[in-house]
Amino acid sequence: MNPMIKLIDVHKSFGTQKVLDGINLEIEAGKTTVIIGKSGGGKSVLLKHIIGLLKPDRGEIWVDGVNITKLNDRELNEVRKKFGMLFQEAALFDSMTVGENVAFPLREHTKKSEKEIQEIVADRLRAVGLAGVENKMPSELSGGMKKRVGLARALAMHPQIVLFDEPTTGLDPVMTEAINQLIIETQKNFSLTCVVISHDIDSIFKIGHKIAMLYEGKIIEYGTPEEIKNSRNPVLLQFLSGSTEGPMKIM
Amino acid sequence: MKIFSLFLDRLGKSVLFYVEELGKIVALFFSTLFWAVRPPLKLKNIIKQMEFVGVKSIFVVVLTGGFTGMVMALQSYYGFRLFSAESMVGSTVALGMTRELGPVLTSLMVTARAGSAMAAELGTMRVTEQIDALYVMAANPIKHLIVPRIIASILMVPLLTVVSDFVGILGGYLVGVGLLNINEGVFVKNITRIVDIDDIMNGLVKAACFGLILSLIGCYKGFNTRGGAEGVGKATTEAVVLASISILVSDYFLTAIMF
Repeated sequence: MNPMIKLIDVHKSFGTQKVLDGINLEIEAGKTTVIIGKSGGGKSVLLKHIIGLLKPDRGEIWVDGVNITKLNDRELNEVRKKFGMLFQEAALFDSMTVGENVAFPLREHTKKSEKEIQEIVADRLRAVGLAGVENKMPSELSGGMKKRVGLARALAMHPQIVLFDEPTTGLDPVMTEAINQLIIETQKNFSLTCVVISHDIDSIFKIGHKIAMLYEGKIIEYGTPEEIKNSRNPVLLQFLSGSTEGPMKIM
Repeated sequence: MKIFSLFLDRLGKSVLFYVEELGKIVALFFSTLFWAVRPPLKLKNIIKQMEFVGVKSIFVVVLTGGFTGMVMALQSYYGFRLFSAESMVGSTVALGMTRELGPVLTSLMVTARAGSAMAAELGTMRVTEQIDALYVMAANPIKHLIVPRIIASILMVPLLTVVSDFVGILGGYLVGVGLLNINEGVFVKNITRIVDIDDIMNGLVKAACFGLILSLIGCYKGFNTRGGAEGVGKATTEAVVLASISILVSDYFLTAIMF
């Protein structure tokens, strides 16, 4: 196995609240790993550590053989160019058109001509099923369309790793399925390493090659979808069945 | 005794809070300076902000400047009439506008219009993760968002002040000469005799400082917004209040140093 991302004993607290309490996780290259866990349980915090938006209090985070906790801003920016990220609400720049949004990382980091950039933008938008919306503003799009544009922007620079922050939250069932298919296809077509955080049970078994369960700041289960389905861990059982009875604290 | 120590506790905490806040604003100023001199200069963003801060503020600035000059002429006329010095109305209006009211009123109007918008826009970008998105795409938000706004404000507030000075004096002229029948020649002659180029220039230096203050505070408050729509509202209010107070306080000290 070849880990693209490796977290070693990562700790993080905000004030007195311990959010990550010794995370150990290896994320395989060229696979989709889903991290599940309850809302407000530190999944987004974990994702922000992987891309260096937050620094751990203790522990190491390795990305493609580099320990990113030791890097300065400029070196970190080099590592970030390997990443694409789809934010929960897509985080499109609402002062720019869809086309300018997708072109943004290209204009920022490459010396490509305007014609090449337009071709890449059109290609990425076609890949997410939204050909020809370049001149629309983000505010004119529905939630699902925004997420697709967000994905097109994340893919613009040909990243090796794409992070998804709750890609299907707040979408109707049909759009949820469409986004899941899109994640599966883009992962395959671009042979990406995907990290998805989600609490949408149906989706995780469709898209995940590996699933990790985050609970009280630790990874309590990690395995293939089959292994997760067959797990006897009481917390995981409660989470998957959606029951209020069990060891998981609701408040 | 207990109340007294509680009072000291509160006082200490709020002093610490404001000192810390001031330190963070100064730190933001220096990182803005650092990013402002690093190429490439985002000329397109700067011009866009100049349009927003400057061009689109002209109307309110003309309106406030014009009416301020008019009311100054009216007020000073009643004072000067007591000892038959009506001829000084023009120079009083011109001095007041160029040295004081032009820069201060213009900056306060720009704070209300553009400073608040900076806080609201950056605040919304913060809570909708657009600022995180910039970091993730290896693009520095200070360079992209804050540097253009501050450069645009430092350039445009003095220019707007020129407009305000001119319209203010024109307003004074209309009221003084047109309405109060002050002799036109005396009115204009006294302006050119008494108002020095330094009066105008120092007013413009003040205006540039105010431009820096209002944009820095607007950006700082917006950039550090926490907590959804309520947070954006709070940041906007705080930006306007803090920037207005800072402009008025620093106005005193700048005036004391320069004139």
